[in-house]
Amino acid sequence: MAVISGARALVEALEKRRVKVIFGIPGGAMLDICEALANSSIRTILTRHEQCAAHAADGYARASGKVGVCMATSGPGATNLVTGIATAYMDSSPIVALTGQVPRRLIGRDAFQEADIIGITCPITKHNFQVERASDIPLIIDKAFQIASSCRPGPVLVEIPKDVQTELADVEADRDPEDAFRQPNHAPHPLQVKRAVELLAAAERPMIIAGGGVIASNASQELLAVAELLMAPVATTLMGKGALPENHPLATGLLGMHGTVASNKLIQEADVVLAVGTRFSDRTTGKIDEFCPDAKIIHTDIDAAEIGKNVEADVPIVADAKKALQEIYKLLQTKIAKKERTTLMAKIKEFKEQLDGKANCESELKPPRLMVQIRQLLPEDAIITTEVGQNQMWAAIYLKVYKPRTFISSGGLGTMGFGFPASLGAKVAHPKVPVVDIAGDGSFIMTEQNLATSVEENIPVTVVVLNNSVLGMVAQWQRLFYNRRYFAVNLGRVPDFIKLAEAYGAQGFCVKSLEEFSSALKKAITSEVTTVIDVPISPEENVLPMVPPGKGLKWMIWK
Amino acid sequence: MDDMEVKIMESKNTAQEYIVSAIVEHRPGVLFRVSNLFRRRGFNIQSISVGPNEKKELARITITVNGDEKLVEQIVKQLRKLVEVVKVSILDTKNTVIRELALVKVAAPDYRAKTDIVNYAEIFKGLVVDVSHKSLTVEITGDPDKVDAFVNVVKPYGIKEIARTGITALQRGES
Repeated sequence: MAVISGARALVEALEKRRVKVIFGIPGGAMLDICEALANSSIRTILTRHEQCAAHAADGYARASGKVGVCMATSGPGATNLVTGIATAYMDSSPIVALTGQVPRRLIGRDAFQEADIIGITCPITKHNFQVERASDIPLIIDKAFQIASSCRPGPVLVEIPKDVQTELADVEADRDPEDAFRQPNHAPHPLQVKRAVELLAAAERPMIIAGGGVIASNASQELLAVAELLMAPVATTLMGKGALPENHPLATGLLGMHGTVASNKLIQEADVVLAVGTRFSDRTTGKIDEFCPDAKIIHTDIDAAEIGKNVEADVPIVADAKKALQEIYKLLQTKIAKKERTTLMAKIKEFKEQLDGKANCESELKPPRLMVQIRQLLPEDAIITTEVGQNQMWAAIYLKVYKPRTFISSGGLGTMGFGFPASLGAKVAHPKVPVVDIAGDGSFIMTEQNLATSVEENIPVTVVVLNNSVLGMVAQWQRLFYNRRYFAVNLGRVPDFIKLAEAYGAQGFCVKSLEEFSSALKKAITSEVTTVIDVPISPEENVLPMVPPGKGLKWMIWK
Repeated sequence: MDDMEVKIMESKNTAQEYIVSAIVEHRPGVLFRVSNLFRRRGFNIQSISVGPNEKKELARITITVNGDEKLVEQIVKQLRKLVEVVKVSILDTKNTVIRELALVKVAAPDYRAKTDIVNYAEIFKGLVVDVSHKSLTVEITGDPDKVDAFVNVVKPYGIKEIARTGITALQRGES
């Protein structure tokens, strides 16, 4: 046993969990923790807004598969984390948020910088803790990390009142942090696996939908094995992008509102759908009654509450995606030999050609072509983050991703301003890999102040700003569904992004052609200097394909 | 998936009343998390009662909800995800002891009314727990139908106030 302060106990517990980096901003209620951090092995990265601290921790978590950590002081610091925590919650990303709080005797008295962050974050965290005694800290931190990273991952918040940080406590010096919880067994039920395999073996037009669960459980190999055995096309949700290399002949790309021609057409023809680690979001299914009405659905998810929530499953499997796919493969290979589906393969190729072919041969600086160009210039393991809106959907449709955890985007919450701070987190997790944020001018302005963090902390990333001086996706909806009545979408004179970058000590390029873009991006990734590339595009561009909101996938517009 | 869930998946029918019984950690904020979940997911609570369990560190929350089986299945699954919820079950109403306590204050201005109400209370095995010049307060215990019946029978005298606990329930025999 050792007698140490609560703040010291916190930092030691974090070190035991092998935390290397914390993103955040200090404040009055965090001073003791800061002092303990100053004397630790943990790198603290000062972001310029707490929202960015949460997004950076999220980006770190998604790129690395480890828990990301962020911190903020009490009151406004904590409430500024909220959007970032909600983003992580919707996309099942494991982060631990540490917040200060006013001293215990002042809680509930509306003290300076007091906010009820436990109450506020209750619906957007897996769990949250208010630490009552310094001696509880080691166990609470272990539990927080276990909860954040186990089962369906998600955010956990730990609030530490100021006087708990200074309180002295006896803590066990040599406890094993893994003892906090035992990992439950997430194996699939053999009977349901058997039922699933019977359906799949008999299926004529099976299709797989891979969601974020495949990436969270590192099940790409298992997915590939099942897909190749069945010769089933694999569509992904936005969160599942990268679960299968998108240059694989069976990979049909994004499914749903902005799904590819191949995914959205093939899903309607499927007779058995194997959905792995997806919650059937409305953006994935389109109008739910028209979502593959004739197909039998095998739904596997680690969260039992997702089964039957949005789509009724014919075969429900509550299991970890990796284990479920392993068991399905094991049994399936005893039932069938590898299928030949030459007509299907030709069809997939043709569908892909219809979209990608056009993008590939475009010579102008149009967004789809730009995405193809970015892919060509980046190594396979480069990490792409996106903001939210048209930029995100162009990237999701046209930028092929070859490895899991290399495409990071705010899917569920759709948080503008997410991509840039998330790219910083990803770069910290993988410093040797180029990280590119695909942004719109509207989104980038929301968190652009973190250019300061990027430059000061030497976290060089590249931001490609698709600049149309308009909130593009909202404008697209107003153009298509509101008879061109544009309202509150015109950004007018957006800042000069070159000067903006330079003002922060970063470099900026404005490009007018594909050649200029290529040379700018090459310079950006070789120079290891934070770079903003301003790419002017037309405000009239639409992201296609698109399924009109509230309609079934068969109503896809794509020409 | 346990057997109960399989059963629920197989037959989904129309709205009815369900009793959800949850064993939770007995600590501050747990009721908030449970009620917050109901609000967030759009589940409507008909009644809720909370009290200590046989173990000091645990409490039992008994919630009645009106809905179809799909809704109740979601409620149970979502509740199970709360870290401080230890166990959740749907009670089979045919095989469950269900009780509610009500305090009913009835206007009783004269001797005759007082006698009538005391007689009714006796029939319902209730207790008169307070008396004043103008009213009687009766404590009545039973399943919600019995409480309703008593309330109806004394209604003509004029009900001044009612306080009902909401139901609490336990499965019969070994659970």
